[in-house]
Amino acid sequence: MSVPHPPPQVHDVAVGELLNRCKAAIGDGERMQMAYAWYPELVSDLPELRYIVHAGTRPLSIWRCRTDTPSVPSLSCVSPLLSWYEREISDLCGLTFEGAPDPAPLVLLPGATVSPPPLVPGATPFINYVPLPPTLPEVSGPVARNIQLLPFGPVRADVLESGQFDFFYLGEAILHYHPQLFFKHRGMEKRFEGLTPDLGAVLAERVSAVGSVAHALAYCQALEAAAGCEVPPRAKWLRILLAELERLYNHLHYLGHLCHTTTLKVGEAEGKYLEERAKQINARATGHRFLRSLIAPGGLRREPDIAEIDKPLTQLANELTEYGAMLEASSTHLDRLITTGILSRQLAFDQGATGPVERASGLDRDLRRDQPYAAYPDAIVKVATREAGDAHARQQVRIEEALHSIDLIKHVLWLLPAGPLRVPCVPLPGSEGLGWAESPRGSLYYAVHLDESGRLARVKIKSPSFSNWRVFVFTVHDSNMMDYAINEASFGLTIAGCDR
Amino acid sequence: MPLWTLFGLKQGKVSTSWPKAGEDGQAGVLGMPRFDPSRCTDGCSACVEACLPHAITLNGSTHGARLAVDYGRCVTCQLCVEVCPTDAFTPSEDWAFGVTRREDLKWVQAAASASGQALKSQIRRVFGRSLHIRHVDAGSCNGCESELQALNNPFYNLHRLGVFFTPSPRFADLLLITGPVTYAMRGPLREAYEAMPEPRFVMAVGTCAVSGGTNGGGYACGNGVDGELPVDVYLPGCPPNPAAIIHALMMLLERAPQRVHGGQLHGAERA
Repeated sequence: MSVPHPPPQVHDVAVGELLNRCKAAIGDGERMQMAYAWYPELVSDLPELRYIVHAGTRPLSIWRCRTDTPSVPSLSCVSPLLSWYEREISDLCGLTFEGAPDPAPLVLLPGATVSPPPLVPGATPFINYVPLPPTLPEVSGPVARNIQLLPFGPVRADVLESGQFDFFYLGEAILHYHPQLFFKHRGMEKRFEGLTPDLGAVLAERVSAVGSVAHALAYCQALEAAAGCEVPPRAKWLRILLAELERLYNHLHYLGHLCHTTTLKVGEAEGKYLEERAKQINARATGHRFLRSLIAPGGLRREPDIAEIDKPLTQLANELTEYGAMLEASSTHLDRLITTGILSRQLAFDQGATGPVERASGLDRDLRRDQPYAAYPDAIVKVATREAGDAHARQQVRIEEALHSIDLIKHVLWLLPAGPLRVPCVPLPGSEGLGWAESPRGSLYYAVHLDESGRLARVKIKSPSFSNWRVFVFTVHDSNMMDYAINEASFGLTIAGCDR
Repeated sequence: MPLWTLFGLKQGKVSTSWPKAGEDGQAGVLGMPRFDPSRCTDGCSACVEACLPHAITLNGSTHGARLAVDYGRCVTCQLCVEVCPTDAFTPSEDWAFGVTRREDLKWVQAAASASGQALKSQIRRVFGRSLHIRHVDAGSCNGCESELQALNNPFYNLHRLGVFFTPSPRFADLLLITGPVTYAMRGPLREAYEAMPEPRFVMAVGTCAVSGGTNGGGYACGNGVDGELPVDVYLPGCPPNPAAIIHALMMLLERAPQRVHGGQLHGAERA
């Protein structure tokens, strides 16, 4: 067994120090990972801010920042990716950020107001909603009358998640793109409030179904950190088996859907057929096509039936190898992907891209290797990267990851130790923990705070799609309509995870 | 350039012919836990406390079982099965839970006869055996979407049954709704319904759309489609698997019988 990865370090940072600390961290090549606010009991009626800083393989840092005023300095002029977090904190906790470049509401739709701030403990917030059109840039100049506005959604063609997309376009060229997300905001974080830790796991699985395992895992690891309990080795290995099964069916779906947008019909059918077979393997092994109802605080709830999965997975791996090679040799398909939706390495880093999206832009980051959890410290994790940053690079990263997931699953089947599946996990009243997982779409974080009775006081969810939707916009401005659907598919975004 | 046509021919036909014959593809899928009140012991409320969506509650009245079980709220998390000390809840593969009346999802002692309320009997006359669906996501977790998208994969191949998804509500016979209905999706949902030609039907797919489930209520959500639009078919499940969705669609088209009454699958059809 290897040495466990050191836990995050908590630092107190004064409000006045924030901006300088942030500049220093970025100067050192660190990346602000996320920010959230919560209300510690009996301290003040103002929330406490938390910033999480990621610095490669070094332990994560958590900055704890108490404020005496409802107005704090904005950091998004230094770290632009924090802008969405600050806007969310404004919407849900009522704080204002001085000097924020774009202080508009994010989670609340245009025309929606809420009172009191939803995340105040015990509050029963009420949303008043009179729909307004989104605030769009003003168009002026000699060609203004030729520029057209296409509002698309929230109900879109096909079976898709709800979201509204406004395009300013001139002929085929997209001049400006504005996604209005958060039609699916369900207040999931608030819903954890007051639950027992065990029931929270059921809810975490229902934030984004295609990330059920990653959500349950990050949530449970946060609680286990709070409780200081050590999950038994067998459960750790089975957890990574589940996580890789999840990556596998997600990436197969991704490839099928990408072929749908490039109209490669047989390629689409093959990708979706392989996805279906992976889901049927999931069902036979765990009783659930989305691998739910197994991961629980302290380990696993029951033993999955993995005796029979080796053979169908080998078969799937062979077919995926052939399928991947065919996709990589199909000129009509590749013509639509190469140079489509280029995301530069710098933009990916500054704006907070994560998962296969950032790896396709040359950023070699993967929580499974950099901040290893579960049994990943003892597994061989190969991180797939590409430099091009286009839709093709994103496809290549996914194909490589899917094949590597099958290797990892086989690795688990070989090495799985015997032993118990679960230990008691009882976090102390007033404790807190941070958990994370590299979901199929990228980094997922759960920050969990417990109240004085040992129930959940605050659960913050940082989903990978929340990060990648923000980045995606930059690849759409100044592109063209024909490429839009392909570009969106190549990012592999979910809306449920982003909106929560 | 690979020969995709040849590849496709080589792969052959992989579609199931279920429900006529063949595999439904759901081997191993755990469905709604079965309830046997005779095994339930007084003073125990382990399952009630373990049930996040409150599908299991203590029965206030003196009649019937001491527990009230509403499968319209069940998210099949299997916790009741795990915590029950006396096996009053047991795992099952009962997932074909599409019903036309919401009450049929609530457990009652004497399972009602199979004479479910007939749908508006004009459906067969109007639509023949075919159906066009407009789907609206009213705030799902994307599990229902994932399974709805699966309906068009080569295994289920929904087209073979004459059922199609259509982009415009103008061409739709059925509005298929997922999610607990968020405050922001109420308006667009109603607009989609208003845009449909009559006769039109509504199906609530997934526990969220049926009752709100674990995600309904709160500051941003309703509790499902009831109260927003008239619902013709309720299909709980978290998410309902593709075969369960096909069964519910066939039920709407009167090509398959309703299998659940009084919260129980008919005796003969239980595995």
